[in-house]
Amino acid sequence: MASLKFNNVYLNDWFTITGPLESNSRLKKLDLVMDDYYYGEKTFEKAEAKMQSVVMQRLLERNKLKYENVDIIVGGDLLDQITATNYACINMPISLLGIYSACATFPESLIVSSMFIENKDIKRALSITSSHNLTAERQFRYPIEYGSPKPHTSTFTGTASISTLMSKETGKIKIESATIGKVTEMGIKDANNLGAVMAPAAARTLYEHLTDLKRDINYYDLILTGDLGCIGSNIFKEYVLRKYNLKVKKYLDAGCELYVKSEEVYSGGSGPACLPLVLFNKILPLGKYKKILIIGTGALHSKTFVNQKNPIPAIAHAVSLEVM
Amino acid sequence: MNKDEYQKLVKSLSPKEPKLRNAGVAFLVGGSVGFIGEVIVNILMESFGLSRVDSCAWLAFILILFATFMTAIGKFDNWVAKCKCGLIIPTTGFAHSVQSAALDYKKDGLVTGIGANIFKLAGSVILYGIVSAFFLILIKVALYG
Repeated sequence: MASLKFNNVYLNDWFTITGPLESNSRLKKLDLVMDDYYYGEKTFEKAEAKMQSVVMQRLLERNKLKYENVDIIVGGDLLDQITATNYACINMPISLLGIYSACATFPESLIVSSMFIENKDIKRALSITSSHNLTAERQFRYPIEYGSPKPHTSTFTGTASISTLMSKETGKIKIESATIGKVTEMGIKDANNLGAVMAPAAARTLYEHLTDLKRDINYYDLILTGDLGCIGSNIFKEYVLRKYNLKVKKYLDAGCELYVKSEEVYSGGSGPACLPLVLFNKILPLGKYKKILIIGTGALHSKTFVNQKNPIPAIAHAVSLEVM
Repeated sequence: MNKDEYQKLVKSLSPKEPKLRNAGVAFLVGGSVGFIGEVIVNILMESFGLSRVDSCAWLAFILILFATFMTAIGKFDNWVAKCKCGLIIPTTGFAHSVQSAALDYKKDGLVTGIGANIFKLAGSVILYGIVSAFFLILIKVALYG
Protein backbone atom coordinates (compact mmCIF):
# COMPACT_ATOMS: atom_id res chain seq x y z
CA MET A 1 0.00 0.00 0.00
CA ALA A 2 1.33 3.39 -0.95
CA SER A 3 -0.59 5.34 1.69
CA LEU A 4 0.72 6.03 5.18
CA LYS A 5 -0.85 7.45 8.33
CA PHE A 6 1.06 9.57 10.80
CA ASN A 7 0.11 10.14 14.44
CA ASN A 8 2.76 12.45 15.76
CA VAL A 9 4.17 14.63 13.05
CA TYR A 10 3.68 18.38 12.95
CA LEU A 11 4.72 21.29 10.78
CA ASN A 12 5.98 23.77 13.36
CA ASP A 13 7.06 26.70 11.23
CA TRP A 14 8.04 27.75 7.72
CA PHE A 15 9.96 30.51 6.01
CA THR A 16 9.53 31.77 2.46
CA ILE A 17 11.46 33.97 0.09
CA THR A 18 10.02 35.07 -3.25
CA GLY A 19 11.16 36.79 -6.39
CA PRO A 20 10.00 40.26 -7.49
CA LEU A 21 7.08 39.06 -9.66
CA GLU A 22 5.62 36.79 -6.97
CA SER A 23 5.61 39.60 -4.39
CA ASN A 24 3.29 41.60 -6.65
CA SER A 25 0.83 38.78 -6.98
CA ARG A 26 -1.90 37.44 -4.76
CA LEU A 27 0.22 36.32 -1.81
CA LYS A 28 0.17 37.51 1.82
CA LYS A 29 2.58 37.51 4.76
CA LEU A 30 5.74 36.99 2.72
CA ASP A 31 8.80 36.60 4.95
CA LEU A 32 11.39 37.89 2.48
CA VAL A 33 11.24 39.37 -1.02
CA MET A 34 14.19 39.55 -3.43
CA ASP A 35 14.59 42.79 -5.37
CA ASP A 36 16.25 41.12 -8.33
CA TYR A 37 16.94 37.67 -9.73
CA TYR A 38 20.65 37.70 -8.86
CA TYR A 39 20.12 38.17 -5.10
CA GLY A 40 23.64 39.54 -4.71
CA GLU A 41 25.30 36.64 -6.53
CA LYS A 42 27.07 36.47 -9.87
CA THR A 43 24.90 33.81 -11.46
CA PHE A 44 21.23 32.81 -11.20
CA GLU A 45 22.21 29.29 -10.14
CA LYS A 46 24.18 30.64 -7.18
CA ALA A 47 21.26 32.94 -6.38
CA GLU A 48 18.94 29.92 -6.11
CA ALA A 49 21.38 28.16 -3.77
CA LYS A 50 21.62 31.32 -1.67
CA MET A 51 17.81 31.58 -1.49
CA GLN A 52 17.65 28.06 -0.04
CA SER A 53 20.46 28.69 2.39
CA VAL A 54 18.90 31.97 3.61
CA VAL A 55 15.43 30.49 4.24
CA MET A 56 16.90 27.60 6.23
CA GLN A 57 19.14 29.89 8.32
CA ARG A 58 16.33 32.36 8.99
CA LEU A 59 13.91 29.60 9.93
CA LEU A 60 16.39 28.25 12.49
CA GLU A 61 17.04 31.76 13.84
CA ARG A 62 13.34 32.50 14.22
CA ASN A 63 12.82 29.27 16.16
CA LYS A 64 15.98 29.82 18.25
CA LEU A 65 17.47 26.54 17.07
CA LYS A 66 21.09 25.67 16.48
CA TYR A 67 22.41 23.33 13.82
CA GLU A 68 22.75 20.50 16.32
CA ASN A 69 19.05 20.74 17.19
CA VAL A 70 18.09 19.63 13.69
CA ASP A 71 18.87 16.07 12.64
CA ILE A 72 18.26 16.10 8.93
CA ILE A 73 17.52 18.25 5.89
CA VAL A 74 15.34 16.68 3.19
CA GLY A 75 14.90 18.54 -0.04
CA GLY A 76 15.66 19.19 -3.66
CA ASP A 77 15.08 21.49 -6.62
CA LEU A 78 14.81 21.49 -10.39
CA LEU A 79 18.45 21.91 -11.36
CA ASP A 80 20.60 19.09 -12.72
CA GLN A 81 21.80 16.87 -9.85
CA ILE A 82 19.72 19.07 -7.47
CA THR A 83 22.72 21.38 -7.28
CA ALA A 84 20.93 24.34 -5.67
CA THR A 85 20.19 22.22 -2.58
CA ASN A 86 23.66 20.68 -2.55
CA TYR A 87 25.35 24.08 -2.74
CA ALA A 88 22.94 25.61 -0.22
CA CYS A 89 24.03 23.00 2.34
CA ILE A 90 27.78 23.57 2.00
CA ASN A 91 27.87 25.58 5.21
CA MET A 92 25.08 23.71 6.97
CA PRO A 93 26.51 21.03 9.27
CA ILE A 94 23.29 18.97 9.15
CA SER A 95 22.81 15.59 7.42
CA LEU A 96 21.31 16.03 3.97
CA LEU A 97 19.03 13.72 2.05
CA GLY A 98 18.60 15.08 -1.47
CA ILE A 99 15.41 14.07 -3.28
CA TYR A 100 13.91 14.71 -6.71
CA SER A 101 10.36 14.55 -7.96
CA ALA A 102 10.46 17.73 -10.06
CA CYS A 103 7.59 19.93 -8.90
CA ALA A 104 6.33 17.24 -6.47
CA THR A 105 9.53 17.61 -4.42
CA PHE A 106 7.82 19.51 -1.59
CA PRO A 107 5.26 16.81 -0.64
CA GLU A 108 7.96 14.17 -1.12
CA SER A 109 10.19 15.98 1.39
CA LEU A 110 7.27 16.12 3.85
CA ILE A 111 6.62 12.39 3.42
CA VAL A 112 10.26 11.35 3.89
CA SER A 113 10.73 13.62 6.93
CA SER A 114 7.43 12.48 8.45
CA MET A 115 8.45 8.83 8.20
CA PHE A 116 11.69 9.52 10.08
CA ILE A 117 9.89 11.49 12.78
CA GLU A 118 7.02 9.01 13.13
CA ASN A 119 9.48 6.16 13.59
CA LYS A 120 11.37 8.22 16.20
CA ASP A 121 14.56 7.96 14.16
CA ILE A 122 14.95 11.70 14.40
CA LYS A 123 13.49 14.55 16.42
CA ARG A 124 13.51 17.48 14.02
CA ALA A 125 13.73 17.80 10.27
CA LEU A 126 14.02 20.67 7.84
CA SER A 127 12.51 20.40 4.40
CA ILE A 128 13.75 22.63 1.63
CA THR A 129 12.77 23.31 -1.95
CA SER A 130 13.09 26.10 -4.47
CA SER A 131 12.63 27.14 -8.05
CA HIS A 132 14.05 30.06 -9.98
CA ASN A 133 12.42 31.18 -13.19
CA LEU A 134 15.66 31.96 -14.98
CA THR A 135 17.64 28.85 -13.98
CA ALA A 136 14.67 26.71 -15.08
CA GLU A 137 14.37 28.59 -18.39
CA ARG A 138 18.07 28.03 -19.02
CA GLN A 139 17.90 24.36 -18.17
CA PHE A 140 14.66 23.28 -19.80
CA ARG A 141 14.00 25.87 -22.50
CA TYR A 142 15.77 28.58 -24.51
CA PRO A 143 18.36 31.16 -23.49
CA ILE A 144 16.80 33.71 -21.14
CA GLU A 145 17.13 36.75 -23.41
CA TYR A 146 15.74 34.88 -26.42
CA GLY A 147 12.14 35.35 -25.25
CA SER A 148 10.88 32.46 -27.35
CA PRO A 149 7.16 32.67 -28.17
CA LYS A 150 5.16 30.14 -26.12
CA PRO A 151 1.70 28.64 -26.47
CA HIS A 152 -1.08 29.47 -24.00
CA THR A 153 -0.79 26.05 -22.36
CA SER A 154 2.74 26.71 -21.07
CA THR A 155 3.37 27.74 -17.48
CA PHE A 156 5.76 30.21 -15.85
CA THR A 157 8.24 28.83 -13.31
CA GLY A 158 7.88 30.75 -10.06
CA THR A 159 10.89 32.13 -8.20
CA ALA A 160 10.81 31.23 -4.52
CA SER A 161 12.30 29.05 -1.85
CA ILE A 162 10.50 27.55 1.12
CA SER A 163 11.81 25.75 4.15
CA THR A 164 9.64 24.03 6.73
CA LEU A 165 10.43 22.77 10.20
CA MET A 166 8.92 19.48 11.31
CA SER A 167 8.94 17.60 14.59
CA LYS A 168 6.73 15.55 16.88
CA GLU A 169 6.05 18.59 19.07
CA THR A 170 2.51 19.81 18.55
CA GLY A 171 2.59 22.69 16.06
CA LYS A 172 0.49 24.74 13.71
CA ILE A 173 -0.27 21.94 11.27
CA LYS A 174 -0.53 18.19 11.68
CA ILE A 175 0.72 15.96 8.92
CA GLU A 176 -2.00 13.36 9.07
CA SER A 177 -1.42 10.99 6.18
CA ALA A 178 0.20 10.73 2.79
CA THR A 179 0.09 8.82 -0.47
CA ILE A 180 3.17 8.13 -2.53
CA GLY A 181 2.38 8.44 -6.23
CA LYS A 182 3.08 6.17 -9.17
CA VAL A 183 4.69 7.21 -12.44
CA THR A 184 1.90 7.91 -14.92
CA GLU A 185 2.26 8.54 -18.64
CA MET A 186 -0.66 9.28 -20.96
CA GLY A 187 1.16 9.84 -24.24
CA ILE A 188 1.57 13.64 -24.09
CA LYS A 189 4.88 14.69 -25.67
CA ASP A 190 4.44 18.46 -25.50
CA ALA A 191 6.79 20.03 -22.93
CA ASN A 192 4.77 23.25 -23.31
CA ASN A 193 1.67 21.55 -21.93
CA LEU A 194 2.88 20.10 -18.64
CA GLY A 195 -0.53 20.62 -17.02
CA ALA A 196 -1.91 17.95 -19.37
CA VAL A 197 1.12 15.73 -18.67
CA MET A 198 0.63 15.87 -14.90
CA ALA A 199 -3.17 15.91 -14.54
CA PRO A 200 -3.59 12.09 -14.83
CA ALA A 201 -0.86 11.53 -12.22
CA ALA A 202 -2.65 13.89 -9.81
CA ALA A 203 -5.97 12.17 -10.48
CA ARG A 204 -4.50 8.71 -9.89
CA THR A 205 -2.88 9.74 -6.60
CA LEU A 206 -6.11 11.39 -5.44
CA TYR A 207 -8.11 8.26 -6.25
CA GLU A 208 -5.61 5.94 -4.55
CA HIS A 209 -5.43 8.19 -1.50
CA LEU A 210 -9.20 8.16 -1.07
CA THR A 211 -9.43 4.42 -1.73
CA ASP A 212 -6.54 3.42 0.55
CA LEU A 213 -7.79 5.50 3.44
CA LYS A 214 -11.47 4.74 2.71
CA ARG A 215 -12.41 8.39 2.54
CA ASP A 216 -15.01 10.33 0.67
CA ILE A 217 -13.85 13.27 -1.43
CA ASN A 218 -15.89 15.61 0.79
CA TYR A 219 -13.74 14.63 3.79
CA TYR A 220 -11.39 17.44 2.71
CA ASP A 221 -12.19 21.12 2.97
CA LEU A 222 -9.79 21.78 0.13
CA ILE A 223 -7.85 19.78 -2.44
CA LEU A 224 -4.85 21.79 -3.63
CA THR A 225 -2.87 20.53 -6.61
CA GLY A 226 0.65 21.77 -7.28
CA ASP A 227 1.18 23.38 -10.64
CA LEU A 228 -1.25 22.11 -13.24
CA GLY A 229 -2.02 25.69 -14.25
CA CYS A 230 -5.48 27.01 -15.12
CA ILE A 231 -5.79 24.87 -18.25
CA GLY A 232 -4.31 21.77 -16.60
CA SER A 233 -6.65 22.06 -13.62
CA ASN A 234 -9.68 22.00 -15.94
CA ILE A 235 -8.27 18.87 -17.59
CA PHE A 236 -7.73 17.38 -14.11
CA LYS A 237 -11.34 17.96 -13.05
CA GLU A 238 -12.73 16.49 -16.25
CA TYR A 239 -10.36 13.49 -16.15
CA VAL A 240 -11.16 12.69 -12.50
CA LEU A 241 -14.85 12.77 -13.31
CA ARG A 242 -14.63 10.61 -16.41
CA LYS A 243 -12.08 8.06 -15.23
CA TYR A 244 -12.80 7.74 -11.49
CA ASN A 245 -16.32 9.15 -11.34
CA LEU A 246 -15.29 11.67 -8.68
CA LYS A 247 -16.69 15.17 -8.67
CA VAL A 248 -14.04 17.59 -7.37
CA LYS A 249 -15.77 20.67 -5.97
CA LYS A 250 -13.62 22.10 -3.20
CA TYR A 251 -10.58 22.39 -5.37
CA LEU A 252 -7.85 24.89 -6.24
CA ASP A 253 -4.64 24.67 -8.20
CA ALA A 254 -1.61 26.49 -6.75
CA GLY A 255 -0.26 27.32 -10.21
CA CYS A 256 -3.52 28.96 -11.20
CA GLU A 257 -3.67 30.86 -7.88
CA LEU A 258 -0.10 32.19 -7.81
CA TYR A 259 -0.21 35.06 -10.28
CA VAL A 260 -2.59 37.70 -11.41
CA LYS A 261 -3.57 36.45 -14.86
CA SER A 262 -1.49 37.99 -17.63
CA GLU A 263 0.11 37.25 -21.00
CA GLU A 264 3.47 36.81 -19.31
CA VAL A 265 2.53 33.87 -17.07
CA TYR A 266 0.35 32.04 -19.64
CA SER A 267 -1.59 29.20 -17.96
CA GLY A 268 -0.19 30.02 -14.48
CA GLY A 269 2.77 29.39 -12.21
CA SER A 270 4.82 26.23 -11.86
CA GLY A 271 7.92 24.88 -10.13
CA PRO A 272 8.52 22.99 -6.88
CA ALA A 273 8.13 26.22 -4.87
CA CYS A 274 4.69 26.99 -6.32
CA LEU A 275 2.65 24.62 -4.12
CA PRO A 276 4.20 25.49 -0.72
CA LEU A 277 4.20 29.18 -1.58
CA VAL A 278 0.48 29.27 -2.31
CA LEU A 279 -0.25 26.96 0.64
CA PHE A 280 1.66 29.01 3.22
CA ASN A 281 1.16 32.50 1.83
CA LYS A 282 -2.33 32.35 0.42
CA ILE A 283 -4.42 29.40 1.60
CA LEU A 284 -3.39 29.18 5.27
CA PRO A 285 -3.62 32.94 6.03
CA LEU A 286 -7.29 32.76 4.96
CA GLY A 287 -7.95 30.50 7.96
CA LYS A 288 -10.90 28.99 6.07
CA TYR A 289 -9.75 25.43 5.60
CA LYS A 290 -9.07 22.83 8.28
CA LYS A 291 -8.46 19.63 6.34
CA ILE A 292 -6.33 20.18 3.27
CA LEU A 293 -5.05 17.59 0.82
CA ILE A 294 -2.04 18.85 -1.11
CA ILE A 295 -1.10 16.99 -4.27
CA GLY A 296 2.30 17.99 -5.66
CA THR A 297 2.65 17.23 -9.35
CA GLY A 298 5.93 16.71 -11.16
CA ALA A 299 6.77 16.16 -14.82
CA LEU A 300 9.70 13.75 -14.90
CA HIS A 301 11.25 14.73 -18.22
CA SER A 302 14.59 15.97 -19.42
CA LYS A 303 15.44 17.94 -22.56
CA THR A 304 17.11 14.85 -24.03
CA PHE A 305 14.09 12.58 -23.63
CA VAL A 306 11.77 15.26 -25.03
CA ASN A 307 14.04 15.88 -28.04
CA GLN A 308 14.03 12.13 -28.68
CA LYS A 309 10.22 12.41 -29.01
CA ASN A 310 9.36 10.35 -25.92
CA PRO A 311 6.06 10.88 -24.09
CA ILE A 312 6.53 12.67 -20.76
CA PRO A 313 5.88 10.70 -17.54
CA ALA A 314 4.61 12.43 -14.42
CA ILE A 315 4.29 11.73 -10.71
CA ALA A 316 2.11 13.13 -7.94
CA HIS A 317 2.48 12.76 -4.17
CA ALA A 318 -0.33 13.66 -1.78
CA VAL A 319 -0.10 14.82 1.83
CA SER A 320 -3.09 15.34 4.08
CA LEU A 321 -2.74 18.32 6.43
CA GLU A 322 -4.86 19.30 9.41
CA VAL A 323 -4.71 22.87 10.63
CA MET A 324 -4.58 22.82 14.45
CA MET B 1 -9.97 6.26 -20.50
CA ASN B 2 -7.15 5.23 -22.83
CA LYS B 3 -4.34 7.42 -24.15
CA ASP B 4 -6.12 8.37 -27.37
CA GLU B 5 -9.25 9.42 -25.54
CA TYR B 6 -7.13 11.41 -23.10
CA GLN B 7 -5.34 13.23 -25.89
CA LYS B 8 -8.72 14.15 -27.39
CA LEU B 9 -9.83 15.47 -23.99
CA VAL B 10 -6.65 17.55 -23.69
CA LYS B 11 -7.15 18.95 -27.16
CA SER B 12 -10.75 19.90 -26.45
CA LEU B 13 -9.80 21.73 -23.24
CA SER B 14 -6.65 23.49 -24.49
CA PRO B 15 -7.18 26.92 -26.05
CA LYS B 16 -6.41 27.23 -29.75
CA GLU B 17 -3.47 29.43 -30.67
CA PRO B 18 -4.54 32.50 -32.65
CA LYS B 19 -2.53 31.44 -35.71
CA LEU B 20 -4.14 33.87 -38.12
CA ARG B 21 -3.59 36.79 -35.75
CA ASN B 22 0.02 35.73 -35.12
CA ALA B 23 0.62 35.42 -38.86
CA GLY B 24 -0.92 38.85 -39.43
CA VAL B 25 1.27 40.46 -36.76
CA ALA B 26 4.36 38.68 -38.13
CA PHE B 27 3.48 39.81 -41.65
CA LEU B 28 3.11 43.45 -40.62
CA VAL B 29 6.17 43.56 -38.34
CA GLY B 30 8.37 41.55 -40.73
CA GLY B 31 7.16 43.70 -43.61
CA SER B 32 7.96 46.85 -41.64
CA VAL B 33 11.50 45.58 -40.99
CA GLY B 34 11.85 45.02 -44.74
CA PHE B 35 10.42 48.47 -45.48
CA ILE B 36 12.79 50.17 -43.02
CA GLY B 37 15.65 48.18 -44.62
CA GLU B 38 14.67 49.43 -48.07
CA VAL B 39 14.53 53.03 -46.81
CA ILE B 40 18.01 52.66 -45.27
CA VAL B 41 19.39 51.17 -48.51
CA ASN B 42 17.99 54.10 -50.49
CA ILE B 43 19.40 56.64 -48.04
CA LEU B 44 22.82 54.96 -48.26
CA MET B 45 22.68 54.96 -52.07
CA GLU B 46 21.48 58.55 -52.40
CA SER B 47 23.41 60.25 -49.61
CA PHE B 48 26.65 58.26 -49.52
CA GLY B 49 26.87 57.33 -53.19
CA LEU B 50 27.19 53.60 -52.43
CA SER B 51 26.25 50.87 -54.91
CA ARG B 52 23.17 48.74 -54.12
CA VAL B 53 25.37 45.74 -53.22
CA ASP B 54 27.46 47.81 -50.80
CA SER B 55 24.35 49.44 -49.34
CA CYS B 56 22.81 46.01 -48.64
CA ALA B 57 25.98 44.91 -46.83
CA TRP B 58 25.84 48.08 -44.71
CA LEU B 59 22.14 47.49 -44.08
CA ALA B 60 22.79 43.96 -42.74
CA PHE B 61 25.48 45.44 -40.51
CA ILE B 62 23.13 48.15 -39.19
CA LEU B 63 20.24 45.74 -38.51
CA ILE B 64 22.49 43.20 -36.77
CA LEU B 65 24.12 45.90 -34.64
CA PHE B 66 20.71 47.29 -33.70
CA ALA B 67 19.27 43.86 -32.82
CA THR B 68 22.27 42.74 -30.76
CA PHE B 69 22.31 46.06 -28.92
CA MET B 70 18.62 45.77 -28.10
CA THR B 71 19.15 42.16 -26.92
CA ALA B 72 22.03 43.30 -24.73
CA ILE B 73 19.92 45.94 -22.97
CA GLY B 74 17.11 43.42 -22.49
CA LYS B 75 14.47 44.87 -24.85
CA PHE B 76 14.48 42.52 -27.83
CA ASP B 77 13.09 39.46 -26.01
CA ASN B 78 10.00 41.45 -25.00
CA TRP B 79 9.48 42.49 -28.61
CA VAL B 80 9.91 38.87 -29.80
CA ALA B 81 7.30 37.69 -27.29
CA LYS B 82 4.82 40.18 -28.82
CA CYS B 83 5.77 40.21 -32.51
CA LYS B 84 6.80 36.53 -32.71
CA CYS B 85 8.12 35.48 -36.14
CA GLY B 86 7.96 39.04 -37.47
CA LEU B 87 11.26 39.67 -35.72
CA ILE B 88 12.67 36.12 -35.62
CA ILE B 89 12.71 35.39 -39.35
CA PRO B 90 14.55 38.54 -40.58
CA THR B 91 18.29 38.89 -39.94
CA THR B 92 17.40 40.64 -36.67
CA GLY B 93 16.22 37.27 -35.29
CA PHE B 94 19.43 35.54 -36.29
CA ALA B 95 21.53 38.22 -34.58
CA HIS B 96 19.26 38.05 -31.53
CA SER B 97 19.56 34.25 -31.23
CA VAL B 98 23.37 34.43 -31.32
CA GLN B 99 23.51 37.32 -28.87
CA SER B 100 21.03 35.83 -26.39
CA ALA B 101 22.97 32.52 -26.33
CA ALA B 102 26.23 34.40 -25.80
CA LEU B 103 24.73 36.37 -22.90
CA ASP B 104 23.30 33.21 -21.38
CA TYR B 105 26.59 31.35 -21.35
CA LYS B 106 29.08 34.14 -20.70
CA LYS B 107 29.50 33.05 -17.08
CA ASP B 108 30.24 29.44 -18.10
CA GLY B 109 33.65 30.28 -19.60
CA LEU B 110 34.95 31.48 -22.97
CA VAL B 111 35.31 28.01 -24.51
CA THR B 112 32.94 25.78 -22.50
CA GLY B 113 30.32 28.54 -22.27
CA ILE B 114 30.23 31.09 -25.11
CA GLY B 115 32.29 29.04 -27.58
CA ALA B 116 30.30 25.85 -27.19
CA ASN B 117 26.86 27.46 -27.07
CA ILE B 118 26.84 30.66 -29.13
CA PHE B 119 25.35 28.89 -32.17
CA LYS B 120 23.00 26.75 -30.10
CA LEU B 121 19.95 28.24 -31.83
CA ALA B 122 21.57 29.77 -34.93
CA GLY B 123 23.48 26.57 -35.76
CA SER B 124 20.45 25.04 -37.50
CA VAL B 125 20.03 28.17 -39.64
CA ILE B 126 23.68 28.09 -40.70
CA LEU B 127 23.75 24.33 -41.38
CA TYR B 128 20.50 24.06 -43.30
CA GLY B 129 21.10 27.41 -45.02
CA ILE B 130 24.36 26.05 -46.46
CA VAL B 131 22.82 22.67 -47.34
CA SER B 132 19.87 24.26 -49.15
CA ALA B 133 22.19 26.73 -50.94
CA PHE B 134 24.23 23.74 -52.17
CA PHE B 135 21.19 22.00 -53.65
CA LEU B 136 19.82 25.22 -55.15
CA ILE B 137 23.15 25.76 -56.91
CA LEU B 138 23.00 22.17 -58.22
CA ILE B 139 19.53 22.85 -59.63
CA LYS B 140 20.68 26.14 -61.13
CA VAL B 141 23.68 24.47 -62.80
CA ALA B 142 21.49 21.60 -64.08
CA LEU B 143 18.95 24.02 -65.59
CA TYR B 144 21.08 26.85 -66.90
CA GLY B 145 24.58 25.31 -67.10
